[in-house]
Amino acid sequence: MQLIFEKSRPGRCGFSITRCDVGQEAKIPSPYLRKKECLWPEVSELDVVRHFTQLSQRNFSVDTNIYPLGSCTMKYNPKFTEKAAGIRGFADLHPLLPQLDHSLVQGALEVLYHMDRLLSEITGMDHFTLQPLAGAHGELTGVMLMAAYHRSKGNKKTHIIIPDAAHGTNPASAAIAGYDIVTIPTDKKGVLDLEALKKHVNSQTAGLMLTCPNTLGLFDSDVDKIAAIIHDVDGLVYYDGANLNAMMGRARPGDLGFDIVHVNLHKTFATPHGGGGPGSGPVGVKEHLSRFLPISRVIKARNGSYALDYDYPDSIGYIASFYGNFGVILKAYAYILMLGKEGLKEASEHAVLNANYIMEKLKAYYDLPFDRRCMHECVFSASRQEKKGVHAVDIAKFLIDQGIHPPTIYFPLIVKEALMIEPTETESKAELDILAQALIAAAQLADDDPARFKDLPKTMPISRPDEVKAAKDIRCNFFA
Amino acid sequence: MSGFISNTQADVQQMLKVIGVGSIDDLFADIKSHHRPRSFDIPSGRSEFEVMEHLYRVAADNASYLVSFLGAGYYDHYVPAAVNALASRSEFYTAYTPYQPECSQGTLQALFEYQSLICTLTGMDIANASLYDGGTALYEAMMMAIRITGKKKIIMDGGVSPIYRKIIRSYTSNLDIEFQETPVAHGRSDRSQIMKILDDRTAAVILQNPNFFGAIDDHEDIVGLAHAKKALVIESVYPISLGLLKTPGEMGVDIATGEGQSLGLPLNFGGPYLGFMASRKEYVRKMPGRIVGETVDTQGRRCFVNTLQVREQHIRREKANSNICTNVALCAIQSAIYMSLLGPKGLKDLASLIFNKAEFARQELARIAGVEVKRSSPTFNEFTVYLPRPATDIITKMAKKGFIAGFPLVRYYPGMDHYLLIAVTEKRTKEEILAFKSALEEAICS
Amino acid sequence: MANQEEYFFTKEHEWVYFEDNVAVVGVAEYAQNALGDITYVELPEVGEDVEQFEQFASVESVKAASDIFAPISGKIMEVNKKLEASPELINKSCYEKGWIAKIQPADLNEKNNLMSQEEYTQFLEGLDT
Repeated sequence: MQLIFEKSRPGRCGFSITRCDVGQEAKIPSPYLRKKECLWPEVSELDVVRHFTQLSQRNFSVDTNIYPLGSCTMKYNPKFTEKAAGIRGFADLHPLLPQLDHSLVQGALEVLYHMDRLLSEITGMDHFTLQPLAGAHGELTGVMLMAAYHRSKGNKKTHIIIPDAAHGTNPASAAIAGYDIVTIPTDKKGVLDLEALKKHVNSQTAGLMLTCPNTLGLFDSDVDKIAAIIHDVDGLVYYDGANLNAMMGRARPGDLGFDIVHVNLHKTFATPHGGGGPGSGPVGVKEHLSRFLPISRVIKARNGSYALDYDYPDSIGYIASFYGNFGVILKAYAYILMLGKEGLKEASEHAVLNANYIMEKLKAYYDLPFDRRCMHECVFSASRQEKKGVHAVDIAKFLIDQGIHPPTIYFPLIVKEALMIEPTETESKAELDILAQALIAAAQLADDDPARFKDLPKTMPISRPDEVKAAKDIRCNFFA
Repeated sequence: MSGFISNTQADVQQMLKVIGVGSIDDLFADIKSHHRPRSFDIPSGRSEFEVMEHLYRVAADNASYLVSFLGAGYYDHYVPAAVNALASRSEFYTAYTPYQPECSQGTLQALFEYQSLICTLTGMDIANASLYDGGTALYEAMMMAIRITGKKKIIMDGGVSPIYRKIIRSYTSNLDIEFQETPVAHGRSDRSQIMKILDDRTAAVILQNPNFFGAIDDHEDIVGLAHAKKALVIESVYPISLGLLKTPGEMGVDIATGEGQSLGLPLNFGGPYLGFMASRKEYVRKMPGRIVGETVDTQGRRCFVNTLQVREQHIRREKANSNICTNVALCAIQSAIYMSLLGPKGLKDLASLIFNKAEFARQELARIAGVEVKRSSPTFNEFTVYLPRPATDIITKMAKKGFIAGFPLVRYYPGMDHYLLIAVTEKRTKEEILAFKSALEEAICS
Repeated sequence: MANQEEYFFTKEHEWVYFEDNVAVVGVAEYAQNALGDITYVELPEVGEDVEQFEQFASVESVKAASDIFAPISGKIMEVNKKLEASPELINKSCYEKGWIAKIQPADLNEKNNLMSQEEYTQFLEGLDT
């Protein structure tokens, strides 16, 4: 398919400029002017509409395909929340208005205030900041909160403990905030190795980052013991909320001993992923950490009005320019209001039901490194198929030809040839049966004719790309 | 069943049977009784209609109807209808990060086009596929400069948005980085101050154009000074201004960043926005975030992939260039649609229109007795005025007259109580500007 | 090329041989094989001092990045500039055309910290089990 630049024709324009109703005598002095032309394409509005419509058709998406991408919670994104975010009274609101007068933005502040309360109750925490703009941004915020806590107590802490099954964002976030990383292995049951943990925890331990259920989709029944081990050395326990969709209404991080949590609104609370964002990663804390939360914070006065409060001298400061990805927060707020208590609980129940169902259906065909009840996702290994020369990536390409977005592959890193399947609650049994059939067909083909995988996929606009060439002859700008 | 769940009761029974358990509760056996929630006090669910009615009522408590002259880095531009129509295609917005390139060419090609659009806009060689917003993009650029130079001293121009400076200060509080801020002189970057502290230990000089006060500048001379000390120059820019203004590339800047909200995104009370970043090509391996690269498939057809992933957290973990994972891909695509609609002529015409309207407003307001318009340096879309009374008082009065008058600089610059920052976009008509002037005259006199 | 017997190895799969008192350094077959197609080599600066077993270079493939550790302390005399345009030389010829750097050794006694060809072969066998 052509690039938009290749459709450019001199003289075309897809923009109607408003007539200038004022004088045009003033000039910017020439040294300040650009000399080199900007090479944006010259295309009509129809050119642009066709181009981007055709591009959109070259994507798999939740609205068009089963999308069981593990760890990403690709549940259905309700349409009414998109409409809610587009309400003019929200979408047109300038973020600096509250600095002029809080009375201009009472509605927006009300949303933020209620979202803080709702997320606190769902997770069992005391206070939330909605500022973090994505999950990893929430992690960084969380680690900065840990650092602020230890600074305030004069603690000399150097490292953060992270399981080997963790997302790469955990160690990256902790390192950016200035900590060393200590990695703890996963035990034979698929959960954190308690003995190894005890060996590595010492007075230098700033805290632990834990995904719960973990990235294998398993709930660690010792989670409260783990928290106690960390608390014994005045460390803090951080809950990576990537997998909160497994346990809404069934367990709350705050009750399990976690001090800090982040939640991914773009996973658990049904806001769309946008092909890689925007997300939103609010962070909640227990009372003893609330004075460190980022500023500003939304407060409710006795008379019922809302305001932003910047007066927290121990705060870690500004984490984002404003109050978070407000448009995303609004969608999640609408979703939570609609589902309510029963709906949220039911969402987690069906997420777990669906994952266990697919696990059971596939057990006979793929290796299951940790054969036990899973939560919202299950992790298989294609190691049996690998012996025939068929890798996880080959199975992924097979699924693409079946119109199914592949599971997450090669993650978690501790499972060889990992296939990580997260169906979410919004898929039906019928859809899961289709998914299971396709994966079983892949396993059978791996047995019968493994060579067939190498040319897959065949039904897409492109076949497999040459990633070595992309990394060697780097071309990321049409004009360079 | 509620919550967009598709399984029927019959499905549930069959599934439980296949799994070999009696009830859904059995699936949660690993969560022991002492792990159960101490409370889960969430209101009961409501219908779509009820939630929407509630939100319309809440939205009505916001003042979105005032005629606004507020900017300070975030501008109320008109967004053509085609932008939302295309960005609302759910094939774009309900996809995940394009991990499987064969079924994600739509997102990948759109992001490649976005990167190219940003490169030619800024005059830089390479761009990434987006960062969260303008402030975090500037922080990432600073960290990138530290990685490239191996040095840890940062010189920050006082004309850089105070919001961005606050973010950077928070992020680096646990790191060993030396900051020095240089105050602006006559509204612009103070060369003599920068020269005084620029040394061999300096990793980067951070600048902004137009700066927070609205002044435009040519930073080429500062680039020369910095490069002589093997320091980089980072410049945060307002993208629409580049329809007219000298680009970071033309000035020799090493890393250009900015807030892309003006490129077709609504104000949204602070987000989602779009942080863009572009740099010279030799720094591509030090760049944070996703980068989409061109390659060929097994049959030699052009296609696009996420490339140089070894820079990123999912491979390099604690040694990654950044922890960023989810960025703002959809916002980047939205801006690519906007930029394509504008084209080079639309951009230039829009920039000229905004400049002319802002100049008109600047001249008109200067006629008000007691109002002093700062003229020490040229401006583009935004300018600073001195008022005979505290700006916050004037703002309150103006709101009652239907205007958002601008941003009171005292919020970030103690002592500047009488200064107001006024922005003009293409949406402001001559009539509105003249009415604003009359209202301001009254507000000052009353 | 030096005889196989003259190569010394590290546990991180770097090799070194000595030619007129200059140490020629590269990565071993095992490492190049594990990485797959190499897309980029980050070379050290000529004149830089390196420490034995400290990182002094790195190589990247599409899916992994790997640090390269100096088998011996000393000053970098020369780097293999050809790797900048053709990093695949490490895949094609890791013991010859894919050499990474030449080091002026600071202390030849450090050889004692390295494995001989024979010891390295045994070490590799141990890894497989």
